Amino acid sequence: MARGGFRYGAGRPKGQGKYLESTKPIRIPISLVGKVHEYIDNKCFNLPLYQSAVRAGFPSPADDYIAETIDLNKYLIKHPTATFLVRVIGDSMIDAGINDGDVLVVDRSLEVKNGNIVIASINGELTVKKILKNNRGVLLNPANKKYSPIELKDFNDNIIWGVVTSVIHKF
Amino acid sequence: MSEFPIFALIDCNNFYASCERVFQPKLAQKPIVVLSNNDGCIIARSNEAKALGIPMGAPFFKYRDLIEKSQVKVFSSNYSLYGDMSNRVMKSLQMMVPDMEIYSIDEAFLRLDNIAYDNPIDLCFDIRHKIQKWLGIPTSIGIAPTKTLAKIANHIAKKNLYDLAPNNVCDLRDISLQNQILAKIALTEIWGVAKGIASRLSMVGINNALELRDADPKHIRKILGVVGERIVYELRGVSCLSLEEIKNRKNILSSKSFGKNVYDKSDLQEAIANYIMRACEKMRKQDSVANGLHVYVRTSPFVAKHLQYCRGESIGFVVSTDNVSEILKMALKILDKIYVKGFVYKKAGVALLDLQKKGQEMQSDLFDNSDINQQKRMELRQQTVEKINQIFGKNNLGNDSVFYAIQGTKKSWAMQNKNRSPLYTTNISEIVGVKF
Repeated sequence: MARGGFRYGAGRPKGQGKYLESTKPIRIPISLVGKVHEYIDNKCFNLPLYQSAVRAGFPSPADDYIAETIDLNKYLIKHPTATFLVRVIGDSMIDAGINDGDVLVVDRSLEVKNGNIVIASINGELTVKKILKNNRGVLLNPANKKYSPIELKDFNDNIIWGVVTSVIHKF
Repeated sequence: MSEFPIFALIDCNNFYASCERVFQPKLAQKPIVVLSNNDGCIIARSNEAKALGIPMGAPFFKYRDLIEKSQVKVFSSNYSLYGDMSNRVMKSLQMMVPDMEIYSIDEAFLRLDNIAYDNPIDLCFDIRHKIQKWLGIPTSIGIAPTKTLAKIANHIAKKNLYDLAPNNVCDLRDISLQNQILAKIALTEIWGVAKGIASRLSMVGINNALELRDADPKHIRKILGVVGERIVYELRGVSCLSLEEIKNRKNILSSKSFGKNVYDKSDLQEAIANYIMRACEKMRKQDSVANGLHVYVRTSPFVAKHLQYCRGESIGFVVSTDNVSEILKMALKILDKIYVKGFVYKKAGVALLDLQKKGQEMQSDLFDNSDINQQKRMELRQQTVEKINQIFGKNNLGNDSVFYAIQGTKKSWAMQNKNRSPLYTTNISEIVGVKF
């Protein structure tokens, strides 16, 4: 017998494997391997469910509008990696619509502008105030007449922890 | 853009301590230590704590007096916080430098040559500024033509060695600077050179990074193999290591010390079952199957008066699997074998071994008589359980909504973390308070 090469009739007969027919190797992206396996196993894909069941005769007219929900995260948060939530303790900002127990959305990537409500670090404590800059210096103002403003003589950016972009108040 | 690669290694300074400081600004410049799971060992220190002479990895109780006397702030580890902050750091970096490799929880390699930026140093200053402002985390950056040199540059940047990095950015691209610096770098400071390798090198008269760089690569290859040869070339500025994609892990471990002494097998069973669940959850998330399983139990080596016992056993699976209930069954079988009554157990752990991508060349068992349909049903059951748990989350005790009875509900063995800071970024009821 000749050495090497093709031998007629050698190997497993075609069409006897898992799929009972001839197979062929193909290249597919790794990310789709699972999908292709799923397809081969089930002979179908799992498609997203539509919101209403399909009934003969009366398809819902809304089915054409793909269900999308409102995402409050997207609405409230522009820079997710730099945004933190903090909780208000006390009533020093009630005139700005910020109440005890409210949740504030704080974006640390924003540059502070005059008039912003900010979280500042004063003597190592985090506090919420309105920032007012004028030619004399920087004022951190509460929004409640019971409290007096803090005047910052040597203001630097490190004092500002972040800029408040919204307040979440639950009734 | 340059035609040679420019690598940067960015490293968060004292990452765990820095994370704690973001939410407690009053701890700036104060000494901080962070303890390991179960408050056993010191695993992170602020610079101030390092200056007090508290060593890395030391058992907490040995330094308790010094820590109390010097008013060091002690934290239990808060991995939810550190993990979330790490994610934020990495995502922010990705926005600025798309070509990156996350190297650890607080380190990443960046490719700076594919970016339209006049000067990579300016870019690095920009990155440092942004990570500091956005996340409150200080960083150090080393720049060099190879990853190995970037690692050395980062080491210099972090400590501002030789006053080369007053702003915590060290540029080690210049050859004459490399010539100067490498002679001062000990072998063990080089990426991939451990103590054993260093002592083998010093036997042939190589004692610092410069001498290793100028050694004959073929000679080094004989001593250390191709890995060592690669280090020589990397030190010469010839890039051999490129950025690596995130690889799925080959093994997944889950182990923890217990919060109290454990005597009963039932407590150990509960703990092992919970560790198996955690490990399986991670494995299934990365879409892998395991080929083996290791389970171990041990007593505390720190309590000398107790009799010591430590035993673990591994088994290989006949068919690779991600079937949680099968794996759990086997883990409990191993525990039956290794558990000996009468010891004071302090720690247990499990490891899923030799993971591979699911659906890749699965060797099936010649004598396997379970039918495919049953396997499919079990998979479906597991997926359903996972979906339910995803929707309903964990209860106060940390149990999933649907769990195996053997996981228990009391968790009397669960670990201590007395000094854990709040879950500032991952739990709405624990976010930081702002006062007047």
